[in-house]
Amino acid sequence: MNSENKTDVIVVGGGPAGIAAAITVARGGGKVVMIERGKFSGSKNMFGGAIYTQPTKEIFPDFVKTAPLERRNIEHKYAILAEDESTVVSYKSKKSEEYGSYTVIRSKFDRWMAEEAKKAGVYIVEETVVKELLLDGKKVVGVKTELEDYYADVVVLADGVNSLLAKSIGLREDIQTKDVALSVKEVIKLDREKINDRFNISDDEGCIYEIFGGPMLGMLGLGFMYTNKDSVSIGFGLTLNELVEKEIKPYEMLDKLKAHPTIAPLIKDGELLEYSAHLIPEGGYKKLPRLYSDGVLVVGDAAMLVNNLHWEGTNLAMTSGKLAGETILIALKEKDFSASMLSRYQKKLENSFVLKDLKTYKDLMDVMHDRKEDFLEYYLKKINSFFAMFVSVDSIPKRKKYIDFIKSIFTDRKFAELGKDAYNIIKLLWGIFK
Amino acid sequence: MSIDDKLSTVKYTSDIYSHLNPDNKECLKCLSKCCTIVCPANVYSWDKENKKLIVNYENCLECGACRIACEKKCLKWEYPRGTKGVTFKQG
Repeated sequence: MNSENKTDVIVVGGGPAGIAAAITVARGGGKVVMIERGKFSGSKNMFGGAIYTQPTKEIFPDFVKTAPLERRNIEHKYAILAEDESTVVSYKSKKSEEYGSYTVIRSKFDRWMAEEAKKAGVYIVEETVVKELLLDGKKVVGVKTELEDYYADVVVLADGVNSLLAKSIGLREDIQTKDVALSVKEVIKLDREKINDRFNISDDEGCIYEIFGGPMLGMLGLGFMYTNKDSVSIGFGLTLNELVEKEIKPYEMLDKLKAHPTIAPLIKDGELLEYSAHLIPEGGYKKLPRLYSDGVLVVGDAAMLVNNLHWEGTNLAMTSGKLAGETILIALKEKDFSASMLSRYQKKLENSFVLKDLKTYKDLMDVMHDRKEDFLEYYLKKINSFFAMFVSVDSIPKRKKYIDFIKSIFTDRKFAELGKDAYNIIKLLWGIFK
Repeated sequence: MSIDDKLSTVKYTSDIYSHLNPDNKECLKCLSKCCTIVCPANVYSWDKENKKLIVNYENCLECGACRIACEKKCLKWEYPRGTKGVTFKQG
Protein backbone atom coordinates (compact mmCIF):
# COMPACT_ATOMS: atom_id res chain seq x y z
CA MET A 1 0.00 0.00 0.00
CA ASN A 2 1.32 3.41 -0.97
CA SER A 3 1.32 5.41 2.25
CA GLU A 4 1.20 8.74 0.37
CA ASN A 5 -2.20 7.83 -0.96
CA LYS A 6 -3.61 6.74 2.39
CA THR A 7 -5.92 8.93 4.46
CA ASP A 8 -8.39 8.38 7.31
CA VAL A 9 -11.58 8.86 5.34
CA ILE A 10 -12.55 9.11 1.68
CA VAL A 11 -15.93 10.60 0.84
CA VAL A 12 -17.17 9.84 -2.66
CA GLY A 13 -19.45 12.65 -3.80
CA GLY A 14 -19.48 16.33 -2.82
CA GLY A 15 -23.20 16.98 -2.37
CA PRO A 16 -24.98 17.83 0.90
CA ALA A 17 -24.55 14.32 2.39
CA GLY A 18 -20.90 13.99 1.42
CA ILE A 19 -19.99 17.48 2.56
CA ALA A 20 -21.78 17.00 5.91
CA ALA A 21 -19.88 13.75 6.48
CA ALA A 22 -16.53 15.21 5.42
CA ILE A 23 -16.79 18.40 7.47
CA THR A 24 -17.91 16.49 10.58
CA VAL A 25 -14.85 14.23 10.37
CA ALA A 26 -12.48 17.13 9.61
CA ARG A 27 -13.79 19.22 12.53
CA GLY A 28 -13.25 16.21 14.79
CA GLY A 29 -9.61 15.97 13.73
CA GLY A 30 -9.81 13.25 11.06
CA LYS A 31 -8.06 13.47 7.69
CA VAL A 32 -10.61 13.51 4.87
CA VAL A 33 -10.41 13.46 1.09
CA MET A 34 -13.66 14.26 -0.71
CA ILE A 35 -13.87 13.26 -4.36
CA GLU A 36 -16.37 15.08 -6.59
CA ARG A 37 -16.93 14.13 -10.23
CA GLY A 38 -18.21 17.55 -11.32
CA LYS A 39 -16.17 20.66 -12.02
CA PHE A 40 -17.19 21.80 -8.54
CA SER A 41 -19.72 20.76 -5.88
CA GLY A 42 -23.24 21.42 -7.15
CA SER A 43 -22.35 21.31 -10.83
CA LYS A 44 -24.01 17.91 -11.35
CA ASN A 45 -26.80 18.49 -8.86
CA MET A 46 -30.38 19.53 -9.27
CA PHE A 47 -33.36 19.67 -6.93
CA GLY A 48 -36.67 21.55 -6.51
CA GLY A 49 -35.78 23.13 -4.25
CA ALA A 50 -35.24 24.17 -0.76
CA ILE A 51 -32.72 23.58 1.99
CA TYR A 52 -34.00 23.43 5.54
CA THR A 53 -32.91 25.92 8.18
CA GLN A 54 -32.69 23.82 11.35
CA PRO A 55 -30.76 20.79 9.99
CA THR A 56 -28.49 23.06 7.94
CA LYS A 57 -27.69 25.12 11.06
CA GLU A 58 -26.56 21.96 12.83
CA ILE A 59 -23.69 21.82 10.35
CA PHE A 60 -23.32 25.47 9.37
CA PRO A 61 -24.52 27.54 12.36
CA ASP A 62 -24.08 30.90 10.58
CA PHE A 63 -25.25 29.90 7.12
CA VAL A 64 -28.17 32.35 7.11
CA LYS A 65 -25.67 35.22 7.20
CA THR A 66 -22.91 33.76 5.06
CA ALA A 67 -24.34 31.29 2.49
CA PRO A 68 -25.65 32.28 -0.95
CA LEU A 69 -29.40 31.99 -0.38
CA GLU A 70 -32.25 33.01 -2.65
CA ARG A 71 -35.45 33.54 -0.66
CA ARG A 72 -36.82 32.47 2.74
CA ASN A 73 -39.99 30.48 2.14
CA ILE A 74 -42.92 32.01 3.97
CA GLU A 75 -45.78 30.47 2.01
CA HIS A 76 -46.66 26.90 1.04
CA LYS A 77 -49.40 26.47 -1.51
CA TYR A 78 -50.97 23.09 -2.16
CA ALA A 79 -52.52 23.32 -5.60
CA ILE A 80 -55.00 20.60 -6.49
CA LEU A 81 -55.40 20.77 -10.24
CA ALA A 82 -58.14 19.18 -12.31
CA GLU A 83 -57.95 19.54 -16.09
CA ASP A 84 -58.78 23.23 -16.21
CA GLU A 85 -59.79 24.11 -12.66
CA SER A 86 -57.95 24.25 -9.38
CA THR A 87 -58.35 24.40 -5.64
CA VAL A 88 -55.44 25.92 -3.75
CA VAL A 89 -54.83 25.63 -0.03
CA SER A 90 -52.25 28.03 1.32
CA TYR A 91 -50.36 28.38 4.56
CA LYS A 92 -48.47 31.61 5.08
CA SER A 93 -46.42 32.68 8.06
CA LYS A 94 -43.42 34.91 8.54
CA LYS A 95 -42.75 33.44 11.98
CA SER A 96 -41.22 30.10 11.06
CA GLU A 97 -37.71 31.51 10.65
CA GLU A 98 -35.98 28.73 12.64
CA TYR A 99 -37.91 25.78 11.25
CA GLY A 100 -38.50 26.80 7.69
CA SER A 101 -36.53 26.65 4.49
CA TYR A 102 -34.67 28.71 1.91
CA THR A 103 -34.54 28.32 -1.83
CA VAL A 104 -30.98 28.01 -3.15
CA ILE A 105 -29.22 27.53 -6.47
CA ARG A 106 -27.18 24.36 -6.07
CA SER A 107 -24.20 25.48 -8.14
CA LYS A 108 -23.80 28.37 -5.69
CA PHE A 109 -24.92 26.78 -2.43
CA ASP A 110 -23.16 23.40 -2.71
CA ARG A 111 -20.05 25.21 -3.86
CA TRP A 112 -20.23 27.42 -0.78
CA MET A 113 -20.64 24.36 1.48
CA ALA A 114 -17.60 22.77 -0.19
CA GLU A 115 -15.58 25.95 0.47
CA GLU A 116 -16.57 25.75 4.13
CA ALA A 117 -15.46 22.10 4.17
CA LYS A 118 -12.14 23.13 2.65
CA LYS A 119 -11.70 25.74 5.40
CA ALA A 120 -12.34 22.99 7.95
CA GLY A 121 -9.49 20.98 6.46
CA VAL A 122 -11.22 18.68 3.96
CA TYR A 123 -9.02 17.95 0.96
CA ILE A 124 -11.23 18.19 -2.13
CA VAL A 125 -10.46 16.45 -5.41
CA GLU A 126 -12.71 17.71 -8.23
CA GLU A 127 -13.41 16.53 -11.79
CA THR A 128 -12.58 12.97 -10.78
CA VAL A 129 -14.80 9.91 -11.15
CA VAL A 130 -14.40 7.01 -8.73
CA LYS A 131 -14.57 3.96 -10.99
CA GLU A 132 -14.64 1.24 -8.35
CA LEU A 133 -14.03 0.38 -4.72
CA LEU A 134 -10.83 -1.33 -3.62
CA LEU A 135 -11.43 -4.37 -1.46
CA ASP A 136 -9.33 -6.46 0.86
CA GLY A 137 -11.47 -9.57 1.13
CA LYS A 138 -14.87 -8.11 1.96
CA LYS A 139 -13.53 -4.96 3.57
CA VAL A 140 -13.55 -1.72 1.59
CA VAL A 141 -10.05 -0.24 1.78
CA GLY A 142 -10.10 2.50 -0.82
CA VAL A 143 -11.20 3.76 -4.20
CA LYS A 144 -9.94 3.51 -7.75
CA THR A 145 -10.31 6.75 -9.68
CA GLU A 146 -9.61 7.36 -13.34
CA LEU A 147 -6.07 8.34 -12.47
CA GLU A 148 -4.94 6.63 -9.30
CA ASP A 149 -5.86 4.56 -6.27
CA TYR A 150 -6.54 6.13 -2.87
CA TYR A 151 -6.69 4.19 0.39
CA ALA A 152 -8.59 4.97 3.60
CA ASP A 153 -9.83 3.40 6.81
CA VAL A 154 -13.41 4.27 5.92
CA VAL A 155 -15.05 5.13 2.60
CA VAL A 156 -18.31 7.09 2.66
CA LEU A 157 -20.53 6.54 -0.36
CA ALA A 158 -22.28 9.84 -1.05
CA ASP A 159 -22.41 9.20 -4.78
CA GLY A 160 -26.07 9.98 -5.27
CA VAL A 161 -29.23 8.21 -6.30
CA ASN A 162 -27.54 6.03 -8.91
CA SER A 163 -24.84 4.84 -6.46
CA LEU A 164 -23.08 2.42 -8.76
CA LEU A 165 -20.56 1.89 -5.96
CA ALA A 166 -23.10 0.68 -3.38
CA LYS A 167 -24.41 -1.70 -6.01
CA SER A 168 -20.92 -2.92 -6.91
CA ILE A 169 -20.37 -4.33 -3.43
CA GLY A 170 -23.89 -5.70 -3.01
CA LEU A 171 -25.19 -3.09 -0.56
CA ARG A 172 -28.12 -2.40 -2.86
CA GLU A 173 -29.98 -4.27 -5.55
CA ASP A 174 -30.94 -3.00 -8.96
CA ILE A 175 -33.45 -0.19 -8.61
CA GLN A 176 -36.90 -0.87 -10.05
CA THR A 177 -38.65 1.74 -12.19
CA LYS A 178 -41.39 2.13 -9.57
CA ASP A 179 -38.85 3.01 -6.88
CA VAL A 180 -37.49 6.17 -8.50
CA ALA A 181 -39.08 9.30 -9.85
CA LEU A 182 -37.68 11.20 -12.76
CA SER A 183 -37.72 14.89 -12.08
CA VAL A 184 -37.35 17.52 -14.77
CA LYS A 185 -37.18 21.21 -14.07
CA GLU A 186 -36.97 24.55 -15.80
CA VAL A 187 -35.52 27.61 -14.16
CA ILE A 188 -37.31 30.58 -15.66
CA LYS A 189 -35.94 34.10 -15.44
CA LEU A 190 -38.44 36.71 -14.32
CA ASP A 191 -38.06 40.25 -13.03
CA ARG A 192 -37.87 40.38 -9.27
CA GLU A 193 -40.81 42.79 -9.20
CA LYS A 194 -42.91 40.43 -11.28
CA ILE A 195 -42.12 37.51 -8.96
CA ASN A 196 -43.01 39.59 -5.92
CA ASP A 197 -46.30 40.73 -7.49
CA ARG A 198 -47.37 37.38 -8.88
CA PHE A 199 -46.58 35.44 -5.72
CA ASN A 200 -47.57 38.23 -3.32
CA ILE A 201 -44.22 38.31 -1.53
CA SER A 202 -41.47 40.84 -0.93
CA ASP A 203 -37.82 40.74 -2.06
CA ASP A 204 -36.42 38.13 0.30
CA GLU A 205 -39.58 36.11 0.77
CA GLY A 206 -40.34 32.89 -1.08
CA CYS A 207 -43.44 30.95 -2.03
CA ILE A 208 -43.58 27.22 -2.71
CA TYR A 209 -46.24 25.54 -4.85
CA GLU A 210 -46.78 21.85 -4.32
CA ILE A 211 -48.87 20.64 -7.22
CA PHE A 212 -51.19 17.64 -7.36
CA GLY A 213 -52.91 16.43 -10.51
CA GLY A 214 -53.14 18.60 -13.62
CA PRO A 215 -51.43 16.75 -16.48
CA MET A 216 -50.38 14.09 -13.95
CA LEU A 217 -53.94 13.16 -12.89
CA GLY A 218 -54.05 9.48 -12.01
CA MET A 219 -50.27 9.16 -12.02
CA LEU A 220 -47.86 8.83 -9.14
CA GLY A 221 -46.22 12.20 -9.51
CA LEU A 222 -46.22 15.69 -8.07
CA GLY A 223 -45.32 19.08 -9.43
CA PHE A 224 -43.48 21.92 -7.75
CA MET A 225 -42.68 25.60 -8.08
CA TYR A 226 -40.11 27.53 -6.08
CA THR A 227 -39.27 31.21 -6.19
CA ASN A 228 -35.64 32.27 -6.43
CA LYS A 229 -34.48 35.90 -6.29
CA ASP A 230 -34.76 36.54 -10.02
CA SER A 231 -36.16 33.27 -11.32
CA VAL A 232 -38.84 30.68 -10.73
CA SER A 233 -38.18 26.94 -10.73
CA ILE A 234 -40.95 24.73 -12.07
CA GLY A 235 -40.88 20.99 -12.47
CA PHE A 236 -42.32 17.68 -11.43
CA GLY A 237 -41.29 14.24 -10.29
CA LEU A 238 -43.07 11.25 -11.81
CA THR A 239 -42.31 7.62 -11.03
CA LEU A 240 -40.31 6.13 -13.84
CA ASN A 241 -42.71 3.23 -14.39
CA GLU A 242 -45.48 5.75 -15.25
CA LEU A 243 -43.32 7.29 -17.96
CA VAL A 244 -42.47 3.86 -19.38
CA GLU A 245 -45.98 2.39 -19.21
CA LYS A 246 -47.87 5.46 -20.42
CA GLU A 247 -45.15 6.38 -22.95
CA ILE A 248 -44.81 9.92 -21.67
CA LYS A 249 -41.95 12.13 -22.75
CA PRO A 250 -40.93 14.04 -19.64
CA TYR A 251 -40.36 17.38 -21.36
CA GLU A 252 -43.81 17.23 -22.97
CA MET A 253 -45.33 16.62 -19.56
CA LEU A 254 -43.50 19.64 -18.21
CA ASP A 255 -44.86 21.80 -21.05
CA LYS A 256 -48.38 20.66 -20.19
CA LEU A 257 -47.87 21.55 -16.53
CA LYS A 258 -46.56 24.99 -17.52
CA ALA A 259 -49.60 25.53 -19.72
CA HIS A 260 -52.17 24.74 -17.01
CA PRO A 261 -54.43 27.80 -16.54
CA THR A 262 -53.52 28.08 -12.86
CA ILE A 263 -49.76 27.91 -13.52
CA ALA A 264 -49.27 29.67 -16.85
CA PRO A 265 -49.93 33.26 -15.66
CA LEU A 266 -47.30 32.86 -12.92
CA ILE A 267 -44.48 32.26 -15.42
CA LYS A 268 -45.81 34.25 -18.36
CA ASP A 269 -43.15 36.07 -20.42
CA GLY A 270 -40.36 34.34 -18.53
CA GLU A 271 -37.15 33.33 -20.25
CA LEU A 272 -35.79 29.81 -19.85
CA LEU A 273 -32.43 29.95 -18.05
CA GLU A 274 -31.78 26.24 -17.75
CA TYR A 275 -33.46 22.89 -18.23
CA SER A 276 -32.34 19.98 -16.03
CA ALA A 277 -33.21 16.47 -14.89
CA HIS A 278 -32.43 14.18 -11.98
CA LEU A 279 -33.72 11.01 -10.36
CA ILE A 280 -35.32 10.97 -6.92
CA PRO A 281 -35.17 7.80 -4.81
CA GLU A 282 -38.80 7.05 -3.91
CA GLY A 283 -38.75 3.51 -2.60
CA GLY A 284 -39.02 4.60 1.03
CA TYR A 285 -38.33 2.54 4.12
CA LYS A 286 -38.94 -0.84 2.51
CA LYS A 287 -36.38 -0.22 -0.24
CA LEU A 288 -33.51 1.08 1.89
CA PRO A 289 -30.17 -0.45 0.92
CA ARG A 290 -27.73 -1.82 3.49
CA LEU A 291 -26.27 1.29 5.08
CA TYR A 292 -22.88 -0.02 6.22
CA SER A 293 -20.38 -2.81 5.85
CA ASP A 294 -16.71 -3.34 6.72
CA GLY A 295 -14.96 -0.04 6.02
CA VAL A 296 -17.89 1.64 4.29
CA LEU A 297 -20.99 3.76 5.00
CA VAL A 298 -23.77 4.95 2.67
CA VAL A 299 -25.40 8.39 3.06
CA GLY A 300 -27.95 10.70 1.41
CA ASP A 301 -29.57 9.80 -1.91
CA ALA A 302 -27.13 6.89 -2.27
CA ALA A 303 -28.86 5.47 0.82
CA MET A 304 -32.23 6.44 -0.76
CA LEU A 305 -33.06 8.72 2.17
CA VAL A 306 -35.92 10.84 0.83
CA ASN A 307 -39.24 11.71 2.46
CA ASN A 308 -41.29 12.31 -0.65
CA LEU A 309 -44.59 13.21 1.01
CA HIS A 310 -42.92 16.21 2.68
CA TRP A 311 -40.64 17.11 -0.24
CA GLU A 312 -37.67 16.55 2.06
CA GLY A 313 -34.31 15.27 0.85
CA THR A 314 -31.43 17.66 1.46
CA ASN A 315 -32.12 17.61 5.21
CA LEU A 316 -32.05 13.81 5.35
CA ALA A 317 -28.85 13.94 3.31
CA MET A 318 -27.12 16.42 5.62
CA THR A 319 -28.25 14.69 8.80
CA SER A 320 -27.22 11.23 7.54
CA GLY A 321 -23.82 12.66 6.53
CA LYS A 322 -23.38 14.23 9.94
CA LEU A 323 -24.31 10.99 11.75
CA ALA A 324 -21.93 9.03 9.50
CA GLY A 325 -19.18 11.54 10.35
CA GLU A 326 -19.85 11.19 14.08
CA THR A 327 -19.70 7.40 13.80
CA ILE A 328 -16.41 7.60 11.93
CA LEU A 329 -14.88 9.81 14.62
CA ILE A 330 -15.61 7.08 17.18
CA ALA A 331 -14.22 4.45 14.80
CA LEU A 332 -11.02 6.47 14.30
CA LYS A 333 -10.59 6.82 18.05
CA GLU A 334 -11.11 3.10 18.60
CA LYS A 335 -9.18 2.17 15.43
CA ASP A 336 -12.01 -0.21 14.61
CA PHE A 337 -13.57 0.01 11.14
CA SER A 338 -15.51 -3.23 11.19
CA ALA A 339 -19.15 -3.53 10.20
CA SER A 340 -20.10 -3.98 13.84
CA MET A 341 -18.46 -0.67 14.80
CA LEU A 342 -19.96 1.13 11.81
CA SER A 343 -23.41 -0.31 12.57
CA ARG A 344 -23.63 2.52 15.12
CA TYR A 345 -24.43 4.75 12.15
CA GLN A 346 -27.62 2.77 11.47
CA LYS A 347 -28.55 3.01 15.18
CA LYS A 348 -28.05 6.77 15.08
CA LEU A 349 -30.25 7.03 11.99
CA GLU A 350 -32.91 4.87 13.63
CA ASN A 351 -32.91 7.16 16.66
CA SER A 352 -33.17 10.29 14.51
CA PHE A 353 -36.05 11.68 12.48
CA VAL A 354 -34.46 10.24 9.33
CA LEU A 355 -35.44 6.59 9.69
CA LYS A 356 -38.30 7.35 12.07
CA ASP A 357 -40.02 9.42 9.37
CA LEU A 358 -39.34 6.89 6.63
CA LYS A 359 -40.79 4.19 8.89
CA THR A 360 -43.87 6.34 9.58
CA TYR A 361 -44.59 6.39 5.86
CA LYS A 362 -43.41 2.88 5.05
CA ASP A 363 -46.75 1.88 3.47
CA LEU A 364 -47.29 5.14 1.61
CA MET A 365 -45.72 4.18 -1.70
CA ASP A 366 -47.43 0.76 -1.84
CA VAL A 367 -50.77 2.41 -1.20
CA MET A 368 -50.16 5.17 -3.72
CA HIS A 369 -49.00 2.79 -6.45
CA ASP A 370 -52.11 0.73 -5.85
CA ARG A 371 -54.62 3.57 -5.48
CA LYS A 372 -53.21 6.32 -7.69
CA GLU A 373 -56.30 6.49 -9.91
CA ASP A 374 -58.32 7.04 -6.76
CA PHE A 375 -56.23 9.33 -4.60
CA LEU A 376 -54.44 11.17 -7.41
CA GLU A 377 -57.32 11.50 -9.84
CA TYR A 378 -60.84 10.81 -8.63
CA TYR A 379 -60.61 12.66 -5.32
CA LEU A 380 -58.57 15.53 -6.75
CA LYS A 381 -61.28 16.09 -9.34
CA LYS A 382 -63.96 15.64 -6.69
CA ILE A 383 -62.45 18.34 -4.47
CA ASN A 384 -62.64 20.70 -7.42
CA SER A 385 -66.19 19.69 -8.27
CA PHE A 386 -67.20 20.31 -4.65
CA PHE A 387 -66.00 23.89 -4.89
CA ALA A 388 -67.54 24.24 -8.35
CA MET A 389 -70.85 23.24 -6.76
CA PHE A 390 -70.30 25.43 -3.70
CA VAL A 391 -69.62 28.64 -5.62
CA SER A 392 -72.03 28.22 -8.53
CA VAL A 393 -75.17 30.36 -8.41
CA ASP A 394 -77.84 28.64 -10.44
CA SER A 395 -81.11 29.02 -8.50
CA ILE A 396 -80.99 25.34 -7.49
CA PRO A 397 -81.61 25.00 -3.74
CA LYS A 398 -78.39 24.39 -1.82
CA ARG A 399 -79.81 21.37 0.00
CA LYS A 400 -80.47 19.60 -3.28
CA LYS A 401 -76.94 20.43 -4.47
CA TYR A 402 -75.36 18.95 -1.36
CA ILE A 403 -77.44 15.81 -1.60
CA ASP A 404 -76.64 15.43 -5.31
CA PHE A 405 -72.93 15.86 -4.58
CA ILE A 406 -72.94 13.19 -1.88
CA LYS A 407 -75.03 10.90 -4.10
CA SER A 408 -72.54 11.34 -6.93
CA ILE A 409 -69.76 9.81 -4.83
CA PHE A 410 -71.83 6.66 -4.44
CA THR A 411 -72.85 6.52 -8.09
CA ASP A 412 -69.32 7.31 -9.38
CA ARG A 413 -67.75 4.61 -7.29
CA LYS A 414 -68.59 1.09 -6.24
CA PHE A 415 -69.02 0.41 -2.54
CA ALA A 416 -66.06 -1.96 -2.68
CA GLU A 417 -63.82 0.84 -4.00
CA LEU A 418 -64.97 3.25 -1.31
CA GLY A 419 -64.26 0.53 1.23
CA LYS A 420 -60.73 0.11 -0.17
CA ASP A 421 -60.17 3.89 -0.06
CA ALA A 422 -61.23 4.01 3.58
CA TYR A 423 -59.15 0.94 4.41
CA ASN A 424 -56.03 2.46 2.86
CA ILE A 425 -56.48 5.80 4.59
CA ILE A 426 -56.84 4.00 7.92
CA LYS A 427 -53.79 1.89 7.09
CA LEU A 428 -51.70 5.02 6.45
CA LEU A 429 -52.95 6.71 9.61
CA TRP A 430 -52.30 3.55 11.59
CA GLY A 431 -48.74 3.58 10.27
CA ILE A 432 -48.28 7.10 11.63
CA PHE A 433 -49.80 6.65 15.08
CA LYS A 434 -49.19 3.06 16.07
CA MET B 1 -40.68 24.92 -26.83
CA SER B 2 -38.85 21.99 -28.44
CA ILE B 3 -36.52 19.75 -26.49
CA ASP B 4 -33.62 21.03 -28.60
CA ASP B 5 -34.41 24.58 -27.50
CA LYS B 6 -34.56 23.45 -23.87
CA LEU B 7 -31.23 21.62 -24.18
CA SER B 8 -29.62 24.67 -25.76
CA THR B 9 -29.74 26.26 -22.28
CA VAL B 10 -27.55 23.50 -20.79
CA LYS B 11 -23.77 23.79 -20.55
CA TYR B 12 -21.90 20.70 -21.70
CA THR B 13 -18.27 19.71 -22.11
CA SER B 14 -18.41 16.99 -24.74
CA ASP B 15 -16.20 13.95 -24.73
CA ILE B 16 -15.09 12.15 -27.87
CA TYR B 17 -16.14 8.86 -26.24
CA SER B 18 -19.70 7.89 -25.40
CA HIS B 19 -20.37 6.99 -21.76
CA LEU B 20 -23.63 5.31 -22.84
CA ASN B 21 -23.10 2.05 -24.68
CA PRO B 22 -26.10 -0.15 -25.47
CA ASP B 23 -25.66 -3.66 -26.79
CA ASN B 24 -27.39 -3.24 -30.13
CA LYS B 25 -28.01 -6.98 -30.52
CA GLU B 26 -30.30 -6.76 -27.49
CA CYS B 27 -31.83 -3.47 -28.66
CA LEU B 28 -32.94 -5.27 -31.83
CA LYS B 29 -35.00 -7.63 -29.68
CA CYS B 30 -36.35 -4.88 -27.42
CA LEU B 31 -40.03 -4.18 -28.01
CA SER B 32 -40.60 -1.07 -25.93
CA LYS B 33 -37.44 0.89 -26.83
CA CYS B 34 -38.38 2.78 -23.68
CA CYS B 35 -35.08 4.67 -23.55
CA THR B 36 -36.38 6.65 -26.55
CA ILE B 37 -39.36 7.74 -24.42
CA VAL B 38 -38.15 8.31 -20.86
CA CYS B 39 -34.90 10.12 -21.54
CA PRO B 40 -35.41 13.76 -20.53
CA ALA B 41 -32.75 14.85 -23.04
CA ASN B 42 -34.05 12.75 -25.95
CA VAL B 43 -30.63 11.13 -26.21
CA TYR B 44 -31.92 7.92 -27.82
CA SER B 45 -33.67 7.40 -31.13
CA TRP B 46 -34.27 4.26 -33.14
CA ASP B 47 -32.91 4.29 -36.67
CA LYS B 48 -35.42 2.08 -38.45
CA GLU B 49 -33.46 1.90 -41.68
CA ASN B 50 -30.22 0.70 -40.12
CA LYS B 51 -31.92 -1.07 -37.20
CA LYS B 52 -29.70 0.68 -34.76
CA LEU B 53 -30.07 2.74 -31.61
CA ILE B 54 -28.68 6.23 -32.16
CA VAL B 55 -27.17 7.65 -28.97
CA ASN B 56 -26.66 11.42 -28.77
CA TYR B 57 -24.66 11.06 -25.58
CA GLU B 58 -23.47 14.68 -25.79
CA ASN B 59 -26.96 15.78 -24.67
CA CYS B 60 -27.05 13.48 -21.64
CA LEU B 61 -28.13 15.12 -18.35
CA GLU B 62 -26.63 12.18 -16.40
CA CYS B 63 -29.85 11.35 -14.55
CA GLY B 64 -29.70 7.57 -15.00
CA ALA B 65 -33.35 7.05 -16.04
CA CYS B 66 -32.36 5.03 -19.11
CA ARG B 67 -30.17 2.71 -17.07
CA ILE B 68 -33.03 1.79 -14.75
CA ALA B 69 -35.72 1.71 -17.45
CA CYS B 70 -33.73 -0.36 -19.98
CA GLU B 71 -35.90 -3.41 -20.58
CA LYS B 72 -33.08 -5.67 -21.74
CA LYS B 73 -30.62 -4.41 -19.12
CA CYS B 74 -28.19 -4.10 -22.01
CA LEU B 75 -27.03 -0.53 -21.47
CA LYS B 76 -23.49 -0.04 -20.25
CA TRP B 77 -24.02 3.19 -18.36
CA GLU B 78 -21.12 5.11 -16.89
CA TYR B 79 -20.56 8.61 -15.68
CA PRO B 80 -18.78 10.79 -18.22
CA ARG B 81 -15.08 11.22 -17.49
CA GLY B 82 -14.15 13.66 -14.75
CA THR B 83 -13.80 16.80 -16.82
CA LYS B 84 -16.70 16.03 -19.15
CA GLY B 85 -20.47 16.09 -19.33
CA VAL B 86 -23.08 18.46 -17.99
CA THR B 87 -22.43 21.45 -15.71
CA PHE B 88 -25.61 22.76 -14.14
CA LYS B 89 -25.58 26.46 -13.29
CA GLN B 90 -29.11 26.79 -11.93
CA GLY B 91 -29.73 23.35 -10.36
